[in-house]
Amino acid sequence: MDPGMKAPRRAWPASLPLFLWSAAALAHTRGGEGAGFVAGLAHPISGLDHVLAMIAVGLWGAQLGPPAVWLLPVTFPMVMAFGGTLGLVGVKIPGIEVGIALSAIGLGAAVLFEARPKLGIAAVLVGFFAIFHGHAHGTELPAGANGLLYSIGFVIATGLLHATGIGIGLVHRWPAGRTALRCAGAAVALAGMAFLWKALT
Amino acid sequence: MLPPFLLHLMNTGLGPFYDGLAHLFVTPEDLLPVLALSLYSGLRGPRFGRAALFALPAAWLLGTIAGRLFHPHPAWPILSAVLTILLGALVAADRPLPLPAVASLAAALGLWNGAWNGIELARARAGLFGNAVGIACAAFAVVAIFAALAASVRAQGARIAVRVAGSWIAAAALFMLGWSLRRG
Repeated sequence: MDPGMKAPRRAWPASLPLFLWSAAALAHTRGGEGAGFVAGLAHPISGLDHVLAMIAVGLWGAQLGPPAVWLLPVTFPMVMAFGGTLGLVGVKIPGIEVGIALSAIGLGAAVLFEARPKLGIAAVLVGFFAIFHGHAHGTELPAGANGLLYSIGFVIATGLLHATGIGIGLVHRWPAGRTALRCAGAAVALAGMAFLWKALT
Repeated sequence: MLPPFLLHLMNTGLGPFYDGLAHLFVTPEDLLPVLALSLYSGLRGPRFGRAALFALPAAWLLGTIAGRLFHPHPAWPILSAVLTILLGALVAADRPLPLPAVASLAAALGLWNGAWNGIELARARAGLFGNAVGIACAAFAVVAIFAALAASVRAQGARIAVRVAGSWIAAAALFMLGWSLRRG
């Protein structure tokens, strides 16, 4: 081995504290990234209204089959983000909580009755409900958190809830599974009625 | 609390090149449109991927230098968000565009976001060339990896997964637009 190479190796342990020091002092200068992303990821699963509606979108998509199975979950986050943007720029939408409750009732009923409207109508219906969810939940940024990373976490969590619904909806291929899905739709609709009652009283 | 002009800069302690290299990976405002462009050009095929691979980093490098030297008007966040929404929606829709249009989108994205990076470098009095080359190299690596990934997709289900990712990017960019408008 080249003797000249030994000096840097010997210097390495001595210089280690300098690297550690510089990492602490010169760490990434932005703030709130971790808090923002994790808060966004956790927010959709912290409210039963959002969880049930998102899963119902996936269940309904699974019942309808391709292309609705992926078109509805693509439509929802984009329109939800539009609703969130409306909230961020200060556009007021009356009856947000009622709209969210109606989304659970409507989507639950669609699963319960295995409704099969035209694809465009299903997408418009899902998009309409998405506006309420985006407006209500998409802008609830915790103090000090990074807004964009919160939003990214929020979108990812919403998409994963859709995927969970689609995954559960795979049981649709069996007769017992179809019945189970319709029961799940009924449960979502009933929960929606409870949300509606709470919103109105 | 650090001043606002440092908000988009990294300081790795390893020098300007690595600061620039790391910048893209911790700046979602820059990373999201690059990912969307990579996925879209990859979905369109290897020719489109190659065009984006070279057009984007070159334009980003030029944009960073121009931003550092000429300080254009910093209306970056809103227009960058609009560009990201457009790119994410293109991935989700999976609609074909001609090669010159894709190359132009790559160039516009690189010039625009690069110019903003340049403005930030000027404000922070940070080194230009090391940072600019580092950011361009990071952009090259991201496009190379994700365009190749999207170009190699054959199964219909995998293609749909890429389109869903595009819709998520568009949705996040819509929020990005909202946050930008809220800040004014």
